[in-house]
Amino acid sequence: MEATTAPTMTKTPNVDTSESRIESYLDRYRELSDDTSRSPGRLAALRAEALDQFAGQGFPGRSEEEWRFTPLKPITHTSFAPAELDAEVDGAALRRYFYEGSCNLVCVNGVFRSDLSDPLEGGFELANLRGSLGGGGESASEWLVDRLGTLAVSERSPFVALNTALSVDAVALVLPRGVVAEKPVHVINVSTGDVDAVAHPRLLISAGENAQGAVIETYASLGGAKVFTNAVTEIECATSSVLRHYKVQRESLETAHMATMQVRIERAANFSSHSISHGGGLVRNDTNALLDGEGCVGTLNGLYVVAGKQHVDNHMFVEHKSPNTDSHELYKGILSDRSRAVFNGRIYVHKPAQKTDAKQSNRNLLLSEGAMVNSNPQLEIFADDVRCTHGSTIGQLDPDSLFYLRSRGMEEKAARSLLTYAFASEFVELVESDALRKDLQEFLFSRLEGGDIVRQAV
Amino acid sequence: MLKIEDLRASVDGQEILSGLNLEVKAGEVHAIMGPNGSGKSTLAQVLAGREDYEIDGGSVQFEDEDLLELSPEERAQLGIFLAFQYPVEIPGVSNTYFLKAALNSVRKARGEQELDAMDFLKLVREKVKVVELDESLMKRPVNDGFSGGEKKRNEIFHMAVLEPRLAILDETDSGLDIDALRTVANGVNSLRSPDRAFVVITHYQRLLEYIVPDVVHVIVDGQIVRTGDKELALELESKGYGWLEQAGAA
Repeated sequence: MEATTAPTMTKTPNVDTSESRIESYLDRYRELSDDTSRSPGRLAALRAEALDQFAGQGFPGRSEEEWRFTPLKPITHTSFAPAELDAEVDGAALRRYFYEGSCNLVCVNGVFRSDLSDPLEGGFELANLRGSLGGGGESASEWLVDRLGTLAVSERSPFVALNTALSVDAVALVLPRGVVAEKPVHVINVSTGDVDAVAHPRLLISAGENAQGAVIETYASLGGAKVFTNAVTEIECATSSVLRHYKVQRESLETAHMATMQVRIERAANFSSHSISHGGGLVRNDTNALLDGEGCVGTLNGLYVVAGKQHVDNHMFVEHKSPNTDSHELYKGILSDRSRAVFNGRIYVHKPAQKTDAKQSNRNLLLSEGAMVNSNPQLEIFADDVRCTHGSTIGQLDPDSLFYLRSRGMEEKAARSLLTYAFASEFVELVESDALRKDLQEFLFSRLEGGDIVRQAV
Repeated sequence: MLKIEDLRASVDGQEILSGLNLEVKAGEVHAIMGPNGSGKSTLAQVLAGREDYEIDGGSVQFEDEDLLELSPEERAQLGIFLAFQYPVEIPGVSNTYFLKAALNSVRKARGEQELDAMDFLKLVREKVKVVELDESLMKRPVNDGFSGGEKKRNEIFHMAVLEPRLAILDETDSGLDIDALRTVANGVNSLRSPDRAFVVITHYQRLLEYIVPDVVHVIVDGQIVRTGDKELALELESKGYGWLEQAGAA
């Protein structure tokens, strides 16, 4: 895809002022190089390569097709300090994000904090680089060092490269072969502080052969500063495993959130992801799934609800490598005010992937004239016996439905809110985690005018 | 109760109602018949407050109110109900809860106390029998995945719960088999009362065997061209609309 160049420190021409910003990341790398515990085994070399990669590429410019619609200025034009490593946290504010019935694990500014987390139980094994490689699950520790950076590779994205070079911690959740997890693990990533800061949360998830479980990732803010969250999640689903993944992006409007999720799904495994984005000022999710084994299924659903001047970007890349693989994508968006959304849905079917069934749907509801959506399906099909369908809609509330509700006595605002909720409900009902679904519903009620009426009506 | 005088309405510059007059008194059932495109459904929509129509002239008086000045919800709160020809599906919103929200907004506007969940449930249980609607449909989203007959019965069920003063039924019979038609008619008949009026819009006389009207009107080209008793409906059934369309043009 990208030309392979020798990893040198020469920079390609870049957006003017971002030059000095890039320097600050290189400085940070030098600072961290004393901390050898951060990079056991193969990781030292991996991080060095990643840094070269980032230094070589710099931040992407608007002229690059993949980045054409993503305004990176909040990232490229801000000097971010490294986020505080052992930040103090307001426990009460943090516990707001805990889900009952889940094992809640807390990461603060990209660092796992056992002191703030629930005790691990339910079937997953846990390891993290910083501090507890010895104390965590032995096999999870080994696996973490072994696998970090093998799925989300630096060549593909400068943000992955940056995370790989600079992440001070990494968390691995491993579901051993045959284990059915009793409860979901909920990884809560919070940012803190009152200065502009950057953190690079890194999460690895493995579902072993025949294992079954669920992981929820939440991204939230406890501080008021401008924050750059640069997250990478790598997921492996072994043969016949079932993994449900959820992501909730609910950071402050000051936050720039860049996230890459790279998933590999093996034979007969079933992976599903539900991504909810309603926080952040600039949000981009790069969601990449590789269907790499006959008969596997990947479901990638999402909901974004934005207002004001928020920008949310979902870049999907679904790669069918094996025959008889299914992918389903449903992304729905609700936009108000002058908010922007991008949906880029790329599906790539390799030649051996006969009998691929790929479905993609992106539906957008615009609640104001100033809101805008770019929806762009991209199909590249090299097998000849496949079924690929895609559809994208951008529209307003249906006037017939609105009249129907009003003619039964509902006030116009309440009727609009009810229909907006109804639009989102298709996604809401797909969320299997009760705690998360209720939380999402509460968010929607709080966002909708006359939300109390809607709350009663659903 | 309802007095329409010289009502003119158009959509996209095309006149659909061309000086329509109609008076309905409390306790009466009026049938409005007419060929396709004559303006029957437009009349229903205009009465319920659909904003896509331009009102070019005339007046609509409902009791003491100038109906044309009011929003759809204000009309509903006054007691006007339209049973839709094509009920809208609303996924994600439960039939019961939507109806509760609707009923309570109507009650609130009338200065009545809102019903709590228990009282509402009691009311629903009672009304659902009237239209022989499967109780499981109460929990489902509004009209979502309902059959054609279920949707129409759901409309009558909504009407039974909201207890309007004036109910307008827009081709509620279309697409119904005879059993569903009887059920719908029984629902309407059970709601007939001296202080409630019905305007039943239909293309066929069949429905009027079950809902016997006091007055039958024929609408052609946006005007009422003939008014009579239930015998008029039978006459239309045997002769068709042709002879009246000529009369209307004359």
